[in-house]
Amino acid sequence: MAKVKSAAFKKASARAVRDEGIQHALTHVMDHFTEARAEAIATDYSDESWEAMRTRAAAIKAHTIGNLDYYLDLADRSVRRNGGHVHFADDAAAATQIVIDIAKRHGVKRAIKSKSMVSEEMGLNDALERAGIEPVETDLGEYIIQLAGETPFHIIAPAMHKTRGEVSDLFHDWLKSAPTSDIARLCSIARDALRKHFETAEMGITGANFVIAETGTVVIVTNEGNGRMTTSTPRVHVAIAGMEKLLPAIEDLPLFLRLLPRSATGQRTTSYTSFISGPRAASDEDGPEEFHLIFVDNGRLNLLKDEVLREALSCIRCGACLNHCPVYRKVGGHAYGWVYSGPIGAVVTGPMTGMKQAADLPYASTLCGACRDVCPVKIDLPKLLLHLRHRHAEGSPRDERTGTWMERLYMRRWHDAVKTRGALERSTRLGRLLQKPLVRRGKLRSLPLPLVSGWTKDRDFPALAPKPFRQIWKEGLGGDSDAG
Amino acid sequence: MALCATCLVDQFFPEVGVATVTLLRRLNVDVTFPEEQTCCGQIAFNGGYRTEAADVARHFMDVFESERHVVLPSGSCAAMIKVYYQELFRDDPEDLERAQALGEKTRELTDFIVNVLEVTDVGSPARGLVTYHDACHLLRELGISAEPRKLIEGVPGVELQEMPNSEVCCGFGGLFAVKYPHISIAILDEKLEAIRASGADTVVANDCGCLMHMRGAIERRGLGVRAVHIAELLAGE
Repeated sequence: MAKVKSAAFKKASARAVRDEGIQHALTHVMDHFTEARAEAIATDYSDESWEAMRTRAAAIKAHTIGNLDYYLDLADRSVRRNGGHVHFADDAAAATQIVIDIAKRHGVKRAIKSKSMVSEEMGLNDALERAGIEPVETDLGEYIIQLAGETPFHIIAPAMHKTRGEVSDLFHDWLKSAPTSDIARLCSIARDALRKHFETAEMGITGANFVIAETGTVVIVTNEGNGRMTTSTPRVHVAIAGMEKLLPAIEDLPLFLRLLPRSATGQRTTSYTSFISGPRAASDEDGPEEFHLIFVDNGRLNLLKDEVLREALSCIRCGACLNHCPVYRKVGGHAYGWVYSGPIGAVVTGPMTGMKQAADLPYASTLCGACRDVCPVKIDLPKLLLHLRHRHAEGSPRDERTGTWMERLYMRRWHDAVKTRGALERSTRLGRLLQKPLVRRGKLRSLPLPLVSGWTKDRDFPALAPKPFRQIWKEGLGGDSDAG
Repeated sequence: MALCATCLVDQFFPEVGVATVTLLRRLNVDVTFPEEQTCCGQIAFNGGYRTEAADVARHFMDVFESERHVVLPSGSCAAMIKVYYQELFRDDPEDLERAQALGEKTRELTDFIVNVLEVTDVGSPARGLVTYHDACHLLRELGISAEPRKLIEGVPGVELQEMPNSEVCCGFGGLFAVKYPHISIAILDEKLEAIRASGADTVVANDCGCLMHMRGAIERRGLGVRAVHIAELLAGE
């Protein structure tokens, strides 16, 4: 599995906030996505109909996730009926082994890949290389970060943090191309390099945006046509899907094909939508001789088992929650330390990879709710983040509780202080006494207390007012009122 | 009508509480202040400490559930009661029912003035060019954005000049602001730039959380803009 570096969130996010290149890219690309999304939706739908579409999509996904065993079984039978092979992998290692076994059986030396986030979870490229198989990413963004040896910065725009100069340098180093700042020229350099791979690769590996259980169809949306090349030119096609990617029937799909591109990039439709329902039939002109579909768990059951977090399995990976998240927009994707970033990454990383190492992520949110409002399947991300915080504060001490004794002490003190009016009045009187040496013109320029001192690095903190409101009320503001 | 001052107003910004009372009395509202009130419990709930949060929330319900209307000068605390108490008491049918009943009669201040009192001109003598920041919980948990604007526009001496992206978070987020001050400040920088771009001399918001965050940086940096609570603007003090 891909390494999880989420424990370094604090440091990595601090670096990102200071990195001018990253800040420039984030502002520019995120503004572009959010504006395009808003315009596409406003042009095509009334608020009410967009809302109704989201509600329906959420219901379809909730139904599917709630009956996952049934739909996995149905998909299994459908794919096999179409002449394909189906595999179930419990974890990243098992899924990787299945891919390598298929490759070995076919003597594969080179595999071309269309964008797949599950394969990022698996760390598939490294594993293939170790097994003597050359993997080549064919989505331009993925190709760039593969050359750079990085992980995706954004679910749908993996190389958004790279400038054209950096791309030119990468191409110069790896492909010996002449340096250029012309984007069209850079694209054609990549196209020429990839063309060779499309012609020679024995195996195509893709993800799956949707898997239609009833028909056994893998649906892939791309803008570059690389998905279609990857699924039609090599002898073998292996599709890897998170086991939550299912939709019951083909009739369910059009709704999602309307929601996904608009939410993601503000496109009405992607340039290519590919439907793959098995290997080449006798009457087909092209297509793979063999088709495999691997359903991957890799921690998804941990989400399914939790009745609140289960909702996260409805995600269709559009990236809208990242684009609208004030935190993601400042720290970018790498700070989150694994494959998924932004609000959805903050939710799934812990349950999927290990709660304790990802404990910083659920707190990396202002709970502003912008993510929930743009989610095409209405995942209540703030609620899920709060639920994870609850597990970190009060959950099993063995594998998820991370609240420190100091944090707990604060919480107990706070609880004791606000339990009753008398306690509140006593503790705030004490506070007024203790703060005295630090107050300058009603402000504290530093808060010399563990855990909270960060506030005053760049901001003043208000001192407790000389007279609380309750006292002002009692001393006359309340007048004759005898309430309370 | 019972005023819940909120703990931030009570202890740190009593002038906002005074302004709220002045404003409501000017509108002929009989304001009471149940003195046993303390805190709604949001800080513990947001930190994940639901045992402590539930205990404090029960005290809150004890204090306020006999009132006809509960009004708060805070979208965030109102959202805690109206929305998140239901999550907090998800597995406790008895308290859940109490929470739902209390939630229904709880209103954020501008919601109460515009939708219950049906007033948009509150007779404020305030003057100036102001811009309005949509506090997140007020906007997205309670869906309130028109009400405060109507009230601001109803003040004859005040001109409302919208800032770009007024609905984007200021970076406060309660616990977030102390856990990740570097990100919190980076988000705030954009908000302060938007306020500057509006050309307004005053930024108005309905939540003392956002305000102490914005004001903290405004004062540290000596920026020439005031951050005031909407009750203060509408009271005209």
